[in-house]
Amino acid sequence: MSEPKGITRATLLKDLRLEWRSKDAINSMLFFSLLVVVVFSFSFDPSAEESRQIAGGLIWVAILFAAVVALNQTWARELRNQVLDAYRVSPAPANSLFLAKAIGNFIFVSVLEVLMIPLFVMFYRLRALGPAWQLLVVGALGTWALVVNGTFFAAMSIRTRSREIMLPLLLFPIAIPAVLAMVQATTAILSGEAGARFWIVLLVTYDLVFTTSCLLLFETVLNAE
Amino acid sequence: MTETAPVISVTNLIKQFGRFAALRGVSADFAGGKLYAILGDNGAGKTTLLRTLAGLNQPSSGQISILGAGKFHDVCQQVGYMAHPSLLYDEMSGMENLAYFSQLYGIADGSRCAEIIRAVGLDPELSRPVGQYSQGMRQRMSLARALLHDPKILLLDEPFSNVDVHSAGDMVRLLGRTRDQGKAIFVVTHQAALLEGTADEFVWMEAGKIIGRTRSFKPPEPVA
Repeated sequence: MSEPKGITRATLLKDLRLEWRSKDAINSMLFFSLLVVVVFSFSFDPSAEESRQIAGGLIWVAILFAAVVALNQTWARELRNQVLDAYRVSPAPANSLFLAKAIGNFIFVSVLEVLMIPLFVMFYRLRALGPAWQLLVVGALGTWALVVNGTFFAAMSIRTRSREIMLPLLLFPIAIPAVLAMVQATTAILSGEAGARFWIVLLVTYDLVFTTSCLLLFETVLNAE
Repeated sequence: MTETAPVISVTNLIKQFGRFAALRGVSADFAGGKLYAILGDNGAGKTTLLRTLAGLNQPSSGQISILGAGKFHDVCQQVGYMAHPSLLYDEMSGMENLAYFSQLYGIADGSRCAEIIRAVGLDPELSRPVGQYSQGMRQRMSLARALLHDPKILLLDEPFSNVDVHSAGDMVRLLGRTRDQGKAIFVVTHQAALLEGTADEFVWMEAGKIIGRTRSFKPPEPVA
């Protein structure tokens, strides 16, 4: 049997290749978040200070909703032709599959962020008064918080009839502490206020707890009938 | 393990989906080096039996022993499974699909994928995605995936469905050769006539039970 790391790498490369060919997830995410940015920018006309106060919330809510689209796609391609069964009958460990899917989703959502955040900055004329590099830390930790739980709950909901609705129902309540931390940390950094550090520590803790829990429980979810 | 010892032993296997019992106390021993055709009407429990043997369904009660192991995961390297759907990614070519699955099984030999694709009568150089294959080609590639890791036991669910007679004949001959190498092959099919002369035993199922096993393609005598 291959090393778990090798299987994670092979599965991740396979997913990137499938996404590159189909562009199912990235296209849907891009269109969705582009719409959010444009609609919000027409709905509000905030001053520079107001922008700093609301931008964190707008960015992360837009990314959360867009990420759900990618998360639903993650397992949908494994259900076509029941390919997931081929993985289940193989000696490959369940956690390798989970990690590959979570890392894949992290890459897809990060690509979305790289494309969308300059648009947010432009539309809302944003300029960080605090240390801007901390936004990268918040972005990475926050994105992982969304995708690790999202990948797990998307796997849980794949066998349900209305999985597109089930995923947000399961994910959003669990994601509230992470979203709160992401929004508060982003607002603090943009406004130059103290307190971002606390929210970053909270995000690190959240990521550690939920990554561990998902890894421990994923095999049960994968083999559930 | 001797050649005559059963490779699969099933004892009083029951599988329930809610209140419906798909398998109702199946008990049987199956030896290595034989090709078994599993026959029966729709709903007889053939696919459920195969999926339960493949570890995809957990038995509600009863025991399964595969190559002496009680847990499927301990012997999954020795079992190949082909389902009714192709279990392949439509967006990738056959070679790309097999290259991925070979990594799941830790197959280091880079030439194995091309070799097995040739064995099922396809061209490893074919760059078309599997989604553009004909149904017959897809079935062959699916068989190649099941054979990829050279398993001792093959579980095949409807391998000849939507395959033309000529291609099905080729697949039967390949299965015959594979059986001759000492592997145990289980074929669930509604086209049992194709296996006449090749299958060693016909296993007849009805209402979740094995009602008889015959050497020829002839239903068992009804019990008076």
